[in-house]
Amino acid sequence: MPTISPRENLDRQIQQLLDQILVLGSMVEQATHNAVNALKNHQPSEARLIYDNDSQINQKRFEVENTCLTLIATQQPMARDLRIIASVLEIATELERMGDYAKGNARICMMMKWTPPSKVMADLPKMAAIATDMLHRAMGAFVAADAELAVKIPQEDTKVDDLYNKINRSLIAELTSDPSMIDQTNLLIWAAHNLERMADRVTNICERTIYVATGEMKELDVTDDEQEMKL
Amino acid sequence: MTSTPSQNGKYAIEARNLHIYYGNFRAVKNVNLKIAQNRITSIIGPSGCGKSTMLRAFNRMNELVPTAWAEGEVLYHGKNIYDPDVDPVEVRRHIGMVFQKPNPFPKSIYDNVAWGARINGFQGNLDQLVEQSLEDAALWEEVKDKLDQNGLSLSGGQQQRLCIARAIAIKPDLILMDEPASALDPIATLKIEELMRELAKNYTIIVVTHNMQQAARVSDFTAFFNLGDERAGILEEYGPTEKIFTNPQKQKTEDYITGRFG
Repeated sequence: MPTISPRENLDRQIQQLLDQILVLGSMVEQATHNAVNALKNHQPSEARLIYDNDSQINQKRFEVENTCLTLIATQQPMARDLRIIASVLEIATELERMGDYAKGNARICMMMKWTPPSKVMADLPKMAAIATDMLHRAMGAFVAADAELAVKIPQEDTKVDDLYNKINRSLIAELTSDPSMIDQTNLLIWAAHNLERMADRVTNICERTIYVATGEMKELDVTDDEQEMKL
Repeated sequence: MTSTPSQNGKYAIEARNLHIYYGNFRAVKNVNLKIAQNRITSIIGPSGCGKSTMLRAFNRMNELVPTAWAEGEVLYHGKNIYDPDVDPVEVRRHIGMVFQKPNPFPKSIYDNVAWGARINGFQGNLDQLVEQSLEDAALWEEVKDKLDQNGLSLSGGQQQRLCIARAIAIKPDLILMDEPASALDPIATLKIEELMRELAKNYTIIVVTHNMQQAARVSDFTAFFNLGDERAGILEEYGPTEKIFTNPQKQKTEDYITGRFG
């Protein structure tokens, strides 16, 4: 006789929801990575693609949201199920915003004139690599409800912040030596800022992981303010 | 496990080290439960875990089953209602009950509500009491022109509200409800739930329900009963409803409310 679990259906649907949010996370990682590469290599046609593809990220976010709302309406989720679904809704929003940062960087690439590369072009991909790695692991921690890992990941934000500060200083120095570069420099400051914000948002995802695992809503300490004061 | 504090710091009734037996069978084991005054407390749990037995222990209704007996205390205004000098009928006068299936008497709507007051020798204005009780049970507008009609002529939802009017006409301070809406359609159910919220301004309510959404919607506190050793019902977890349904502390509570067993 087959055994019937009273919630096989719900378990399957929650697993599908987690798969969906992982896919959305990957799309954002990819977009972030590609946008910075396009910027570094000055490939405005690549950038155009990334810019246009943001609508797919937005579309996926709506899909995730819709799945969450359907689950709430049809399954009346409780306890951990409810915490997962509520967190996915929040994370989908975070990812959508991160997608916008990637789109912003693609736009910056399209606006940049081809100029002798700034020294910061080597550091921007490093920033992007750390930020997307943080995102990747934060998403893994979320689906595994690994609170221990979720607490650690935001601490790596200082590496992103350090690079951001370094890029800023470097761009200001470049600007001082050649004021005609003001537009380009300004765009690159924005590009770095976008990556810095993206890494900040990873912390919000980690906070949700802790919520799923423990039921506690608590803010993870981010040292942004201290970093800014060092500027 | 004992209770969490009530929000207003007052308790209507308290079970202390309470065991309830049917003959040799222990149906409820060592329950410590403080019920917050003017709040709604729901009792949830799988079938056979002693929810209804626990509810009926609060007004000695279990004693209507000949083999039932209790050990421990139920403190009501500081007095153990199981003390030998306490008359169970007197207890039930203060602690009203509403059952799963609406059970109006085959009498007029008026007589249904006036019944308790009459046998208690009520000296006041009976018309006023009937009107007020029906008003409080959110039924007055629907029945004021047909008070002499048989209570059984009403719809199921109305009959249940009539039973609630009958229960509150004797001015209890605690109302026990055993699955009060499980025989009703969704709209009648929501009306009963709305009514319960209204009543909680003046009464303390304990409700047994199989419907977890109902417990989540209507109650301030939730007590989760579960089957312990030797099939005795135990109080597994007790706390504010929002906590029980979003972040229960015990794995068994989590498993039950998310449908993993029960």
